[in-house]
Amino acid sequence: MANTLFDKLWDIHTVSMDEDGATLLAIDRVMLHERTGGVALGALAKKSRAPLSPSRVFAIMDHVVSFREGRGRDESRSPGGEIFITETRSMAKEAGINVIDTDDARQGIVHVVAPEQGIAYPGVSIICPDSHTCSLGALGALAIGVGSSEAEHAMATGVIRTQKPPQLRIWIDSALREGVTAKDLALHIIKVYGADGGKRSAIEFAGPAVDSLSIEERLTLCNLAVEFSAFTAVIAPDRSVAKFVSGRPFAPGKAHWQSAIAAWSVLKTDDGAVFDNEICVDAGIVGATVSWGTSPEQSIDIDEEIPSISSLPDRKQKDAAKAMDYMGVAPGVCPGELEIDGVFIGSCTNGRLSDLRAAAAVLKGRKIAEGVRAVCVPGSQEIRRRATEEGLDQIFKDAGFEWGEPGCAMCFYAGGETFPPGARVVSSTNRNFEGRQGPGVRTHLASPATAAASAVAGRIVGAHAVAGENPSSMRG
Amino acid sequence: MAHVQPFTTHTGVAAPIMQDNIDTDQIIPSREMKTVSGEGLGKGLFAGQRYLSPDTRDLNPDFVLNKPQHEDASILLAGANFGCGSSREHAVWALADFGIRCVIAESFGAIFQANCGRNGVLPISLDRAAIDAMAALVARVAQRHQIEVNLDKQWVRVTEGPKNEYDFQIDPYQKRLLIGGLDPVNLTSKRQVDIDAFFQRDASARPWIYE
Ligand code: SF4
Repeated sequence: MANTLFDKLWDIHTVSMDEDGATLLAIDRVMLHERTGGVALGALAKKSRAPLSPSRVFAIMDHVVSFREGRGRDESRSPGGEIFITETRSMAKEAGINVIDTDDARQGIVHVVAPEQGIAYPGVSIICPDSHTCSLGALGALAIGVGSSEAEHAMATGVIRTQKPPQLRIWIDSALREGVTAKDLALHIIKVYGADGGKRSAIEFAGPAVDSLSIEERLTLCNLAVEFSAFTAVIAPDRSVAKFVSGRPFAPGKAHWQSAIAAWSVLKTDDGAVFDNEICVDAGIVGATVSWGTSPEQSIDIDEEIPSISSLPDRKQKDAAKAMDYMGVAPGVCPGELEIDGVFIGSCTNGRLSDLRAAAAVLKGRKIAEGVRAVCVPGSQEIRRRATEEGLDQIFKDAGFEWGEPGCAMCFYAGGETFPPGARVVSSTNRNFEGRQGPGVRTHLASPATAAASAVAGRIVGAHAVAGENPSSMRG
Repeated sequence: MAHVQPFTTHTGVAAPIMQDNIDTDQIIPSREMKTVSGEGLGKGLFAGQRYLSPDTRDLNPDFVLNKPQHEDASILLAGANFGCGSSREHAVWALADFGIRCVIAESFGAIFQANCGRNGVLPISLDRAAIDAMAALVARVAQRHQIEVNLDKQWVRVTEGPKNEYDFQIDPYQKRLLIGGLDPVNLTSKRQVDIDAFFQRDASARPWIYE
């Protein structure tokens, strides 16, 4: 029988099916962070249970850690946040699981660290009480975002109980144009099919445009699957993935490497396998894309006008009007007319080395516009180190960016320091919900290059808009 | 989160929040998650809209849960993709702690929906027309037009007015959890023999996973 990649991943991990139709799915790796993972560890300890396989559980500090350069070990960016760091640390140590602490050279955002340290790789089932766990499907892993109790359940029993979701293939034809990124592609898909378009399916991204994406771009694409209401996303692992995984600290070692590679080679959808739904996207028509509203589906090509309410489907009109009101934008306005107050480059969506390079390429020899606060926070210590080796930190700083310590930082507000109410911010993150980056903060999602170009122009523009100009003649 | 009440039938006041994409950060803002625990979160439910100011906690009279006809609501009505966004189970804990037993929406965020059953909250998906019809009735006199939910028979209706019953589908596993008020860890522990056998087989099939 012809199977999909997702069928195969599911079957490998199926322990049994319960009478109620739930699958008991074996979990190879449990990732925790201090914001929702600590609760799971606490609940487990309260019931006097211990993780079955502590060596396959990892706790990483990322969500509320301070991003201030030279931060202290327990320093939090949100008032009262220290307790999440200290309690998660002590419970993790008590449970005997792996801890990647704030002062660890491997520290970073959980979904950035998992591939980097070789914890996630093809064929692994991996869960985390965090919705962007789906990013890791980019490596051909079965990656599932869960609630804290499900993480507790997995630690206690080795499995999760879950229903197999429907499957959707998104076939992406042709190739992205020069300067258009995986972020633009993802926003484009959500714009066209709606934030509810993934309908809780397991999505397989496939097609020529996907094959030619780098690993980091694939991670970005899969990261945004949850904003498309997917159960998870997956991409068939090719040779570039094996090359990427090879030699990483928690990756399969020499003794089993050949058998692992052999097992991964069948992780692809068979010809004739059937999906519940299929959609086809032409990558060639995607341009630099930016959100104008408070849902990622409220996005447009950067050169387009914000749509009129009446041009939207009836049921979307009320939400669009509310979003325009919150965002302080109006139909007919182009992103290029919107003056900005802030820029944030970082997060599990676009905080990797290639993202920083793309932004730095725009920023080199330029300065950010007056009145703009711009912050760059690398996704992990490893990325921060490598960016520094390449001199990217200096480019950011010379341009007027703050250069932070790894973590989720300004991707989400948890109290504490942020942009002021009403501030218009171009952000390389994944969520633009009301208040996501702070009370009243107006988030425009975009690629790192667009964010960098906007910082320079002081308005929302694509990289092409600053590329032609002589750096020294720029405003500011 | 400690004790989960079994769910068989429930009749209660409903409050309509008829928007799409109500995300978990609206349900429980991140700044309301102050301790490493899932308890006592009801006070933070919809804090961004329920209170005029997060500090003084003066009630916002315009927010649906603060209106007299929706006082003591135990059922929410909403649009598509309710509970999207962050995976935080705190959203369901906050709803349950506040006293919400059932959310009727056009669709749900996948992780939110999976979090519901184990915490005694029933997520019901219905088509928009049905939800709009119920919302229109209860918006007038919610205290009288209560909503009645029968999980066993899988229907829901407004107690007064046109006696339309709407049938709903639910994943049998969620239904089992809810009706029994069961702890999934206990359920799964009964299968521990199967699980151990699986891991033993798997350790020779995929030894690199267990290095
Ligand atoms: S960077 Fe943002 S989206 Fe990613 S895990 Fe952190 S808070 Fe979540």
